[in-house]
Amino acid sequence: MLTHKLATPVYPELSTILSTSKPSPPMVRMAGVSLKYGDMLALEDATLDIADGEFVAVVGPSGCGKSTLMKLVTGLLPPTGGDIEFDRKRVTGPVRGAGMAFQNATLLPWRTTTDNVMLPLEIVEPYKSQSRSNRKALEDKVQNLLDIVGLGDFGDRLPWQLSGGMQQRANLCRAIIHEPKLLMLDEPFAALDAFTKEDLWQVLQDLWMHQKFTGILVTHDLREAVYLADTVYVMSNRPGRILHRCHIPLDRPRRPETTFDPVYTEIVNDLRAKIAAVRNAK
Amino acid sequence: MSGFIKRTRAWLVAFALLVVWELSCRLFHIPEFILPAPTRILEVTWQFRNELALHAFQTLMTTIVGFFIAIVVGILLGVAVGSSSAVYDSLYPLLIGFNSIPKVAVVPLIVIWTGIGTIPAIVTAFVISFFPIVVNVATGLASVEPEMRDVLRILGATRYEMLRKVSFPRALPYLFASLKVAITLAFIGSVVSETIASNYGIGFLMLSASSRFQVALVFSGVIIIAIMSIAMFAICIQVERRMVSWAYRSQAA
Repeated sequence: MLTHKLATPVYPELSTILSTSKPSPPMVRMAGVSLKYGDMLALEDATLDIADGEFVAVVGPSGCGKSTLMKLVTGLLPPTGGDIEFDRKRVTGPVRGAGMAFQNATLLPWRTTTDNVMLPLEIVEPYKSQSRSNRKALEDKVQNLLDIVGLGDFGDRLPWQLSGGMQQRANLCRAIIHEPKLLMLDEPFAALDAFTKEDLWQVLQDLWMHQKFTGILVTHDLREAVYLADTVYVMSNRPGRILHRCHIPLDRPRRPETTFDPVYTEIVNDLRAKIAAVRNAK
Repeated sequence: MSGFIKRTRAWLVAFALLVVWELSCRLFHIPEFILPAPTRILEVTWQFRNELALHAFQTLMTTIVGFFIAIVVGILLGVAVGSSSAVYDSLYPLLIGFNSIPKVAVVPLIVIWTGIGTIPAIVTAFVISFFPIVVNVATGLASVEPEMRDVLRILGATRYEMLRKVSFPRALPYLFASLKVAITLAFIGSVVSETIASNYGIGFLMLSASSRFQVALVFSGVIIIAIMSIAMFAICIQVERRMVSWAYRSQAA
């Protein structure tokens, strides 16, 4: 398969094989991380481990530093205290090999859907060096992914010709086309209507089960968090602190029916109560 | 019918204005050296067509050369100012100060440095027209969404890749908007320089015509500059439509 041919050389794979005998080290590790903007403490003593291939969601009241957490993990912001590791290496600057998607799809308006999704392949090795010589193979790779998210027939459209939901699908594709180890999602579905949103939960879960990346989803939608994540973290008001860690025991793949499962409903209600408590404890 | 009126409205108004002008000149017996009638201007234009063509070509040439230098320098400076905060802090106040100087006042200096004729006209056209290009390119580069910047940084894009693949295409509509302003300014620059220090060009022709009270010929010069300016403006719009059609989606939809 194409993905195997394009994978990185033997050494990283070898180390993964060697480490399978021990419990695999976390993909993301935060130890006592805090961040101050001037005098204001935005995030305080955040400690968490995210396993390789785990999908976590971070929920909390708005302005609690969820997005800050994301910027810290990817090295876009340096922490003012504590340590962050990604892929067993200390994070000192913007990390390589992560994908990102935001609420705003930020597709480039002069590029077609295919070319927009192609963007990371023009920048990230090993694809970058092939992008001239073997463009056809990369286009096939993009087309495959577009097919999976249901955009197969929209590859040659410009962003303004797509609906909001379709733009967000293309945005997801762009975030994972280069097969990153880590996918960061900052409220990617917040601006979509309820039906489109639940469609995209499905799309995202399919992509995750297909590529097995590690995922961090920042959201204020509890139903979304519980539906998608293996583990949900609840954060407090500013200064943001991680208050609860909640494992979601629901089977995969989760389906729209899952949302009527009593276990699902119970977890969502429980989380809602916790967040309400956080908000009232001002 | 209403569509036809809409399309030709500007022409109708212009024509009506000319008729009023012509009639006033005839009815009130306005002397030609004060305000010549449009028909008289037309007559003189035809009479001096060779001289007008020669001088118009000179003005067009100096304007276009100055304009192209302004595009190159404007883009380079705009990219420097727009992509580095150090350059922005150190250069931008200087640029604003420079732009607030009336260029007409600088033309004598330009003449001292570069002599008389074609070169000062080109330099003045450049000096007067590059500023809006710098400002717009810098603004366009700054208009890239912060989220997009984050996405690119995580991908490990170099500054050059960010510029080439995202920021510069994003700035193109801003660039073209500024070109439409700049081309008009470039015409002003070259004509001003020609009136001060040149033996060629429409500016020179108008100055010498007015000193001989050939007011109709002065008007011919004005009209020819207006026509050239509008033509260049139209060319800019056409190039813009081609290069950044994605920015005009509402018309295409």
